[in-house]
Amino acid sequence: MAEETVRELRASFAAGRTRSAEWRAEQLKGLIRMIDEKEAEISAALHEDLAKPHMESYLHEISLTKSSCKFALNGLKNWMKPEKIPASITTFPSSAKIVPEPLGVVLIISAWNYPFILSIDPVIGAIAAGNAVVLKPSEIAPATSSLLANLLPEYVDNSCIKVVEGGVPETTALLEQRWDKIFYTGNGTVARIVMAAAAKHLTPVALELGGKSPVVVDSNVDLHVAVKRIVVGKWGCNNGQACIAPDYIITTKSFAPELVASLKRVLVRFYGEDPLQSADLSRIVNSKQFTRLQDLIEEKRVADKIVYGGEADEEQLKIAPTLLLDVPQDSAIMTGEIFGPLLPIVTVEKIEESFDLINAKPKPLAAYLFTKNKKLQEKFVANVPAGGMLVNDTVLHLTNPYMPFGGVGDSGMGCYHGKFGFDCFSHKKGVLIRGFGGEANARYPPYTTEKQKILRGLINGSFIALILALLGFPREKH
Amino acid sequence: MDAAVAAAAEARERLRASFASGRTRPAAWREAQLRGLLRMAAEMEDDICAALHADLAKPQTESYVHEISLVTTSCKFALKNLKKWMKPQKVPSRLLTFPSTARVAAEPLGVVLVISAWNYPFLLAIDPVVGAIAAGNAVVLKPSEVAPVTSSLLADLLPRYVDASCVRVVQGGIPETTALLELKWDKIFYTGNSKVGGIVMSYAAKHLTPVVLELGGKCPVVVDSNVNLHVAAKRIAAGKWGCNSGQACISPDYIVTTKSFAPKLLESLKKVLGKFYGQDPLRSPDLSRIVNSNHFNRLRGLMDDETVAGKIAFGGQSDEQQLRIAPTLLLDVPLDSAIMKEEIFGPLLPIITVDRIGESFAVINSMTKPLAAYLFTNDSRLKQQFERNISAGGMIFNDTGIHLTNPHLPFGGVGESGMGAYHGAFSFDAFTHRKAVLDRSSFLGEARARYPPYTPAKLSILRGVLKGNPMAMVQAAVGCTGGRRA
Repeated sequence: MAEETVRELRASFAAGRTRSAEWRAEQLKGLIRMIDEKEAEISAALHEDLAKPHMESYLHEISLTKSSCKFALNGLKNWMKPEKIPASITTFPSSAKIVPEPLGVVLIISAWNYPFILSIDPVIGAIAAGNAVVLKPSEIAPATSSLLANLLPEYVDNSCIKVVEGGVPETTALLEQRWDKIFYTGNGTVARIVMAAAAKHLTPVALELGGKSPVVVDSNVDLHVAVKRIVVGKWGCNNGQACIAPDYIITTKSFAPELVASLKRVLVRFYGEDPLQSADLSRIVNSKQFTRLQDLIEEKRVADKIVYGGEADEEQLKIAPTLLLDVPQDSAIMTGEIFGPLLPIVTVEKIEESFDLINAKPKPLAAYLFTKNKKLQEKFVANVPAGGMLVNDTVLHLTNPYMPFGGVGDSGMGCYHGKFGFDCFSHKKGVLIRGFGGEANARYPPYTTEKQKILRGLINGSFIALILALLGFPREKH
Repeated sequence: MDAAVAAAAEARERLRASFASGRTRPAAWREAQLRGLLRMAAEMEDDICAALHADLAKPQTESYVHEISLVTTSCKFALKNLKKWMKPQKVPSRLLTFPSTARVAAEPLGVVLVISAWNYPFLLAIDPVVGAIAAGNAVVLKPSEVAPVTSSLLADLLPRYVDASCVRVVQGGIPETTALLELKWDKIFYTGNSKVGGIVMSYAAKHLTPVVLELGGKCPVVVDSNVNLHVAAKRIAAGKWGCNSGQACISPDYIVTTKSFAPKLLESLKKVLGKFYGQDPLRSPDLSRIVNSNHFNRLRGLMDDETVAGKIAFGGQSDEQQLRIAPTLLLDVPLDSAIMKEEIFGPLLPIITVDRIGESFAVINSMTKPLAAYLFTNDSRLKQQFERNISAGGMIFNDTGIHLTNPHLPFGGVGESGMGAYHGAFSFDAFTHRKAVLDRSSFLGEARARYPPYTPAKLSILRGVLKGNPMAMVQAAVGCTGGRRA
């Protein structure tokens, strides 16, 4: 079935259906209509899959997807235009340009935590770039997957954009096909499988993965504001189940007590005294993830480090916002990506030591620093590799379509958002244009010292050499 | 095998330590290495030419024009633009995150592996290294063992001209390359064939290492009748036999032309070949030899194939001892013959004919996407259609091969001809991570509507902000929540 799907899409693509700006704009407008008309259904599906608060569904998924569509719609004609570039003196006379062309038929594999936006946002880039697309939504968010499978055919061209639902068997079948690009959002284990499958067909990939996104909190901050921003980036983002949610905090031993007190205050303000009852927190997506998270805090050297929270409701799949102080560096909670509502706080003597701590771990998708100290900010940016970075806030960088969104090292490869999405699914074809004038005989065998001299001069930018070359020097002996 | 594993691990560990120390970060270090490479190309030109001649019988003019001068130009271009490339690019900030500043910073990936090829063994080793260094990385270079004299020379020269604590050469064949590939690199840059390209990517997948694969394919040349035939023939010949005797990734692989034009084209090519290489091309010093007997036998096999042998219209001579094959033209070989199924990479040029020139597109598109595609014509409409309907790494109208000399053009493949690109700024980008940095430098701009407990009123304000409603923006900015805080 996967084979047939690809065959059909290849035929549609070969027929040229996806090439025109009109077709691409039509699809993007269709997606905007879908978002406008079906907002309630989308929100309901997200609530069913994740108990995601309506505010988050709107802010983080629906509205961001819509602005992504609009941005692409606005940029489309410009992005499609060939880019004129300078010509070399060595190929005089000539002109040169870079022409973006679609890769062809692409596969997008989405994730469960932001199942709407992480499906549609890459599709926007693929469509804008003129490709045919198969979207494989995550089966772990089944209501949203189902909704996408039903809605997309109503709003976009089904002969070029298809949804294939399913779990491991269906995904494996898809991965065996030859694609022109695979865009995967998810975890490192599956990413390796995706890239290995891609290698068999020399298919390029974009992998949007995760990692442990650190938050460094200096004492020289507006603490209340900083804490609010950390909390909303952590628990306000799908209850910590977000690739760029703060994973752990690093602060100084001396500042930690104040920070912890402030975090507690804000958590109560936001979620009340009984956060398991709060409607403003997503639940944990399923029992597998629930058990994984419980195991993290039940680990022996970790359980006694809980300074706030720790409550859980297995039936409701809810875990309360939980703070831990000074867990061991080699505990499970400090080794793998947490992806949940647990926030360890690690302390150091001097704040600069936090950089080495971060750099000892795999490169994260995002890294955050709260400080007013400009020098510390500069050092952070210069010395901590990460997918993206924010100073004095969390998470928001993904809302700026002028910034590439993607990982580095274990947190991923490739990027998207805005024009980067278009570029992700395009091949930039270099085109050199010559006429039949400008024949330089010096170029041709039989090779002689005289010819080489002229070529050397030409290569070194000498106009005289250029003129001599074009005049046919050295003159051929007849 | 253990020795190979140990050597690979040691090289990588050394370089990790050097990179971690920050040595490769300052512009001054990068410039010093690039100047070192420039000096190397200038001072050692004779030795480099001699090595290329030993490995390939490469004519000195080609060694200079196609390898050494391109390395020099590459270094100079990088030196000239380095500071600009290293600078963070400011990008527009959005109202949504007001106040804030946004920029994209360029950071080195870390420790990278460059695996080079045998046909342009100097250029294809050093050119990627130029990019890696410019971007501030530490580099291991694995030159091709199929060009052993150049490999040896590089291993000898590089430590004398660049910082050996950050740029290392590891020589060897399959065991040494495998040992390197098993390690974790921050990027792998491979130039070579598609089969090994797939293997490299499989190894990279284990560590989630991004790759650039510069591969090959069958580069078609479509020749219309509406051309200056003599010029076209010269330019095709220069791109084919004038590039390492056709052993070049962007050499014309085969020609497609009309049945009616083919005889004229054939005549013109024969004339040009006579002019370039004389009556006894096996003796011409202006042709590279075939690199080794493996490839010699492969190419002879392609020509001796019984469906093809009778289609030789010119040439066909060879000298096994000298590893030389003369420029050979074939007319109308079957499309399913071996010579039309695999990349030729040698001095054989099949000419395929079609009834109308537009049919050439179907022939090309029935094969995998090539690294380069060429069209000779004065017909603008044909050019437009070619550009639109033929996907290839790069494209040239009315010439062959030379697009790689323009540093403003990205040089790389698509589909089976490769992924990623380099040259000029693209080389810098190939070895760089573009890190988005959003700076909310002040703690101002608190929009309380953003925080739980969520209420319909807050949602209303935020919707307004997102729609660009000025009233909503003011409300948000002054910390309105639309009602009593719950």
